[in-house]
Amino acid sequence: MAQDGPQLYGLMAEFEEPDDLVAASEKVRDAGFHAFDAYTPFPIEGLGEAVGHKRSLIPILVFSGGLIGALTAFGMMYSSAVIFYPINSGGRPLNSWPAFIPITFELTILFAALTAVVSMFFLNKLPMPYHPVFNVPEFQRASQDRFFLCIEADDPKFDLDKTRAFLEGLGPEKVSEVAP
Amino acid sequence: MTVEGRAKKAVNDNPVVKGLLHPGQTYLSVTEKITEVVLTRDTPLAWMIGFAVVGMFFMIFLLAVTYLFYQGVGIWGIMVPVAWGFAITNFVWWIGIGHAGTLISAILLLFRQEWRTSINRFAEAMTIFAVAAAGMFPILHLGRPWFAFFIMPYPNTMGLWPQWRSPLVWDLFAISTYGTVSIVFWFIGLLPDLATMRDRAKPKILKTIYGMLAMGWRGSARHWERYKVAYFLLAALATPLVVSVHSIVGLDFAYALVPGWHSTITPPFFVAGAIYSGFAMVFTLAIPLRKVFHLEGLITMKHMDYMAKVMLATGLIVAYGYAMELFMGWYSGSTFESYLIQNRAFGPYALWYWLLILINVVIVQALWFPQVRKNLVVLFILSIIINIGMWLERFIIIVVSLSRDFLPSAWGFFTPTIWDWAILFGSMGFFFTMMFLFVRSMPSISIFEVRELVHKTHQAEAEA
Repeated sequence: MAQDGPQLYGLMAEFEEPDDLVAASEKVRDAGFHAFDAYTPFPIEGLGEAVGHKRSLIPILVFSGGLIGALTAFGMMYSSAVIFYPINSGGRPLNSWPAFIPITFELTILFAALTAVVSMFFLNKLPMPYHPVFNVPEFQRASQDRFFLCIEADDPKFDLDKTRAFLEGLGPEKVSEVAP
Repeated sequence: MTVEGRAKKAVNDNPVVKGLLHPGQTYLSVTEKITEVVLTRDTPLAWMIGFAVVGMFFMIFLLAVTYLFYQGVGIWGIMVPVAWGFAITNFVWWIGIGHAGTLISAILLLFRQEWRTSINRFAEAMTIFAVAAAGMFPILHLGRPWFAFFIMPYPNTMGLWPQWRSPLVWDLFAISTYGTVSIVFWFIGLLPDLATMRDRAKPKILKTIYGMLAMGWRGSARHWERYKVAYFLLAALATPLVVSVHSIVGLDFAYALVPGWHSTITPPFFVAGAIYSGFAMVFTLAIPLRKVFHLEGLITMKHMDYMAKVMLATGLIVAYGYAMELFMGWYSGSTFESYLIQNRAFGPYALWYWLLILINVVIVQALWFPQVRKNLVVLFILSIIINIGMWLERFIIIVVSLSRDFLPSAWGFFTPTIWDWAILFGSMGFFFTMMFLFVRSMPSISIFEVRELVHKTHQAEAEA
């Protein structure tokens, strides 16, 4: 493994066209690799599946966030209007729930939206101040016009020479070693 | 037909990407074009002059607010019964302007309208600054602005809680939620583009700043998957939110018994008016932006055409709202309701009312003509006129209704003072100053979404 030679994060292949990257990713996945990822300047249909991404947790988290928001809002209004500070205002019932709906709605949206943002960052492990892929000089084009695929040295199937030959066979522009 | 000719025809016939980008765009060309606006060192002269002008108005705003805090709301023309005057007119107007940004970025995203792509980013920025401008007015119009926080629910030594049945309290939650969601939606959309800025910026200081803002975004396929889910969910949440916000602002009025306010049509009428004036503001911003920074290849005439059609459609809803107000004044059989109509059309503010009808019912019909929708100068002038019209609408709803309600002995007449005008034009100064700074510091068109559009265009070409 990587320990034998100089330390290595992985091998990175660079592609010019998104379709080539999707095809290559599928081949890498089918070859039995698990620790690899693709890097693209915009989201590409089918690429998530090609790198073995499972269904995201985010919708469930967002739903729970919204539910907590609704309960927080209604609980806040109910407890203050009925329990802590009951005022008879124009003979309306203390628990005048229809009037509590707008704030309940707003806080549902607020909590759900913030959950969506926080869980996206958290599950993506962002912010990440350092990542080895940025050691490849060409990688700055991953945010512009090039498509990358990186097989990580952690993968049990990883072997520097064999994996390099395998990646070369997928027709990339270039294959580079990624310093850790 | 040649191969190239066939490819071009395929792109032009494709319903998704038709005419949205000028031909020959690549991933790199759109990236360069958009980042160049920010990263270029020679600021266009037009930007400098514009910034000087709007900056001056911003200073007027600061002056007017300082004097207001020193002297109190007596410097305005407000009195009893017209206690809301310009401040709340401006508030409703600014909130409305923000709504088009959310409509473009969230609702059109859900409907998969590709034409939103070139205009969503600065429309979102417009939303944020418009909401910020709006959010100041409820505080400024308080006699004791330092007690503004009393409306928030917090455990206090007085043992008091807000009155949950009041739309003004709903407003606090609606506006603050809207502001927060708009900011996070905008930032999430910006994240991949901030990474592009980080990778393209040459000076080390810029690289560091954009790098910190980009939070280490590296475009991983797994990240994109979660990103897309989160972005779509945010859009799905923002869509009902935007409708609720102006509805609640409408309820501020509908809840009260004042003739001219107390009507069930108010909430939907306010939402339609909001989108209408918001699109007008998008025109006011987009037309100079594409001209000064040469973005004609990205913000095309197709975009202008679509936006003009949305503006026309919402304008017609607004016109329907006016017709319904007139009808209800007669049909209700209420003395006060019918007097309201008479007062609007022939009372002391009649000139303002007929100006409003002229703009929002008559002039807006010009948008039926394709020649008008293709003429940028006319569209630009029209967009400014429409914003004046929508401001007048808010003014008439608030001031005219309040000035003559039930008892003639309690009537009054509102005349704006110089400070009313200073704070109105000053708030525009604030808004445009922020927009000017935004355009030169952040990518004002979503780069990664335009790249997607380039990809789709390539696919359409390949299919031919």
